[in-house]
Amino acid sequence: MYAFNYHRPETLEAASAALAAAADGQVLAGGQTLIPTLKQRLANPSDVIDLGGIAGLGGVRREGDAIVVGAMTRHAEVASSAEVRNAIPALAALADCIGDPQVRNAGTIGGSIANADPAADYPAAVVGLGATVRTGRRTIAGDDFFTGLFETALEEGEIVLSVSFPVPRRAAYAKFPNPASRYAVVGVMVAETASGVRVAVTGAGGHAFRVGAMESALGASFTPEAIRDVAVSPDGLNEDIHASAEYRAHLVGVMARRAVAAAAGG
Amino acid sequence: MAENGIGAAVPRTEDHRFLTGTGDYTDDTNLPHQTYAAFVRSTHPHATFTLDTSAAAAAPGVVAVLTGADFAADGKGSLICGWAVTGKDGEPHKAPPHPVLAADTVRHVGDAMAIVVAESARAARDAAEQVEVDYSPLPAVASMREALADGAPQIHAEAPGNLCYDWEIGDRAATDEAFARAHHVTRLDLVNNRLIPNAMEPRAAIGDYNPASGNYTLRLTSQNPHVHRLVLAAFVQIAPEHKLHVIAPDVGGGFGSKIFIYQEETAVLWAAGRIGRPVKWTADRSESFVADAHGRDHESHVELALDADGRFLGLRVSTLANMGAYLSTFASCVPSYLYGTLMQGQYTTGAIYCEVKAVFTNTTPVDALRGAGRPEATYVVERIVDRAAHETGIDPAELRRRNFIPSDAFPYPTQVALEYDSGNYALALDRALELADYAGFDARRAEAGARGKLRGIGLSAYIEACGIAPSQVVGSLGAGVGLWESGGIRFNPTGNVLVYTGSHSHGQGHETTFAQLVSDYLGVPFENVEVVHGDTEKTPFGMGTYGSRSLAVGGSALVKAMDKVIAKGRKIAAFSLEASEEDVEFSGGDFTVAGTDKRMNIAEVAFSAYVPHNYPLDELEPGLEETGFYDPANFTFPAGTHVCEVEVDPETGVTEIVNWVAVDDFGNVINPMIVEGQVHGGVAHGIGQALLEGCTYDAGGQLLTGSFMDYTMPRADDLPDMTVDTTCTPCPHNPLGVKGCGEAGAIAAPAAVMNAVTHALGTSAIDMPATPQAVWRALGSQSQARA
Repeated sequence: MYAFNYHRPETLEAASAALAAAADGQVLAGGQTLIPTLKQRLANPSDVIDLGGIAGLGGVRREGDAIVVGAMTRHAEVASSAEVRNAIPALAALADCIGDPQVRNAGTIGGSIANADPAADYPAAVVGLGATVRTGRRTIAGDDFFTGLFETALEEGEIVLSVSFPVPRRAAYAKFPNPASRYAVVGVMVAETASGVRVAVTGAGGHAFRVGAMESALGASFTPEAIRDVAVSPDGLNEDIHASAEYRAHLVGVMARRAVAAAAGG
Repeated sequence: MAENGIGAAVPRTEDHRFLTGTGDYTDDTNLPHQTYAAFVRSTHPHATFTLDTSAAAAAPGVVAVLTGADFAADGKGSLICGWAVTGKDGEPHKAPPHPVLAADTVRHVGDAMAIVVAESARAARDAAEQVEVDYSPLPAVASMREALADGAPQIHAEAPGNLCYDWEIGDRAATDEAFARAHHVTRLDLVNNRLIPNAMEPRAAIGDYNPASGNYTLRLTSQNPHVHRLVLAAFVQIAPEHKLHVIAPDVGGGFGSKIFIYQEETAVLWAAGRIGRPVKWTADRSESFVADAHGRDHESHVELALDADGRFLGLRVSTLANMGAYLSTFASCVPSYLYGTLMQGQYTTGAIYCEVKAVFTNTTPVDALRGAGRPEATYVVERIVDRAAHETGIDPAELRRRNFIPSDAFPYPTQVALEYDSGNYALALDRALELADYAGFDARRAEAGARGKLRGIGLSAYIEACGIAPSQVVGSLGAGVGLWESGGIRFNPTGNVLVYTGSHSHGQGHETTFAQLVSDYLGVPFENVEVVHGDTEKTPFGMGTYGSRSLAVGGSALVKAMDKVIAKGRKIAAFSLEASEEDVEFSGGDFTVAGTDKRMNIAEVAFSAYVPHNYPLDELEPGLEETGFYDPANFTFPAGTHVCEVEVDPETGVTEIVNWVAVDDFGNVINPMIVEGQVHGGVAHGIGQALLEGCTYDAGGQLLTGSFMDYTMPRADDLPDMTVDTTCTPCPHNPLGVKGCGEAGAIAAPAAVMNAVTHALGTSAIDMPATPQAVWRALGSQSQARA
């Protein structure tokens, strides 16, 4: 780890100010990506601004037809929240399969989506459930939030405050974990929402994406059989030593069918 | 059986400190005026280079920046390989120099070029990044086949064609003749995947030099502190043996990787002498991935000749073995004498021929890893036997049973230079089949099929040669050392006992097992026995722990020492009890005089030995302390059968191990709970190799699996519940009748898993690790082949 200036502000305003004043500032939420990156000397920020001292950024609450998860809410809190388990069990189940217990008790939803790892689980929920991301400046539709590998619609200095998940009629998340890292090789969130069926895939591409052909087919018939013949092209999908693009494309189909079966109660 | 004696499942006494964070590991020690080291490592797999250390030397907190040129200027030596394997041509293997710090050429990613010593670990690392390295990259080669090809990059001038040796064992002509009369020949190409050891505790060292005495001290993570001292003194010539004190305190796992004499520990000790202050280095995990010796990495072509009844007529094996960029401490013997000699397996195969080419590549050096050669041999034998069973339509269990060496055939001379001492292979197989409900498999397969799963069952009837090793045998085969062991017994005046062993415990539980042995043998309460190891100034010279040798060789040395203690005690008791020595008997801790009620406990004898007020000093020496050295007459031959049952999800390629049965013959067992734990750990290691762990380099020699993000270590949820049972044919040639258990699981498991996976898939066209993607591809190519 290289030396850096450490800040632990108590207000969002102070955090924003510290970030603005830093030559190369970095926000620290749960630290589950940032700390290992710092320890390996792969990042060298001038300042680290820890959001852990700001009251009110954590916690889960129901707001009308949505579940709102504060940016600093730990994955373990989402997984065990009665509110989430009752309203969107697929979201609780997703949070419960992130990393390992240590990661789930330190990592946060805000940190996860702001980092935008292409293999993270939460992006599948943000896109697949049609969530809205609230920041200190605006709200951003889930569909517009992830823009590339580790890239989001967040502007310089913009801090995530919460994520609002509309409660779907039914939904399920199916994940194929990387055997080593336990990140998603492919994770698929399937949701039947008031505005139609959504199918969102994480792990397979540069960022979470929707599969329109599956959504239409499931809109007609919400069964695994309905998408059995919907092929996903391997073109442009991620490739690494664990999974070729072809294997990932295949797994998108398998995970989508399993998610549909789970959501349909089968 | 005594409560804490031989055969009792005594909880491990060392576990309390390990589990409560109060162990004494190398990194837990900090010496006054200590400095910290960081290494400048090559990012290129093959390059010449020059260094500019001026900026680093001027960086804050830096004490010294030392390079290969400095090391050479001090007249120090290279790292060595301690076993010279002789090839087919009668020439010794090629052992090019292995510099402690590369002076002008680096040959693998991670090769150390300079050591930076500073006031803090961070200052050392900061300064290491300021050493300017000007690389001139050379062509690099990571694959063995490419390294052997014409026109391949040459890694060492001393090893033309990158060939370390071309070795053979067995009878080629007799094997050819056996194949000529075969009814059926089974052929198989096998890859034994490269593994990265990943002990929980990374390597660490603290070098210290005392200018007042001229003495050096090295604390380090070692499985064999005396061997470290010997090599550092006699070959690298850092300090003579009597001026070098090596301490290996608590060590958090070794699996072979802490046997070897590496660049870093050597450089740390040397640097301490140069600067006159202690120098500490603790590897981070990223360094461990590139700088700990890797294991396995074979490619083999295997052929088995069978007669019309399925009897094995001949076995022919041709193997390429990767040595990496340099020849590590014991690297050369692993794919030769610890591999080719095991090709007999448990079978009466009439003729065997095995040839091995050892190859240099631009990768991290490869050396012994849990099982070392024997897992590779078992994989060859048990995969080809299983394949032959499926090709001939003979049930795999029946085919094995038909070819087993019968239990009345021991001692059994093998076709590949060993003499098996004891065993009952059919007994272990039958017990394993019963525990695994082998007969009920077809019904389970049908039930799994109804759930859309492919179910398979696989056997592995393994054998290993351990209790390493008879010095005369290994000496005749090129070993530079003897492989005896030492043990010392010191009674204190108050009757408690210090046990000194040349073995080293780094997770095996010696503090418990050896205390049970001594307590039982001498009749001393278990809690009155303390086991001392890992310190060259406390214990007699010892060869350390590897090759499942601690109990079979180290325990036997303790028996020799205890026999001497009893013999002396008998003299003391005879004198004290006014009896003749011949009439004194020893049992249960008491010396008694036959035919009388005269009795003296060994604690009283010890007290008397240290308070010799009226001793006849010309006949009886004071004191009660003895040392024994034991050199085994033969290897020991643990063997058994493991059964693995899997279910494969054909949609995803995920393999789940749904049942595991291990039936092992370890001879006599001192602590069955520790033995069961060793089997669990070994099987976990073997499952890791079969399904999860695959060290991968790109074609140019960059390590692609350089962290736990990409290198899959087995986790608890990857492992099945295991049924562990034992059979027992006592080892006939050591006093305890023990054989060793630490490596068995890692030796047996990979073949059992892969035989189950290939059975489930219906194809043998898959190599380890059988990852989900590999299984999916194998299923895909199979369905294409059918189409």
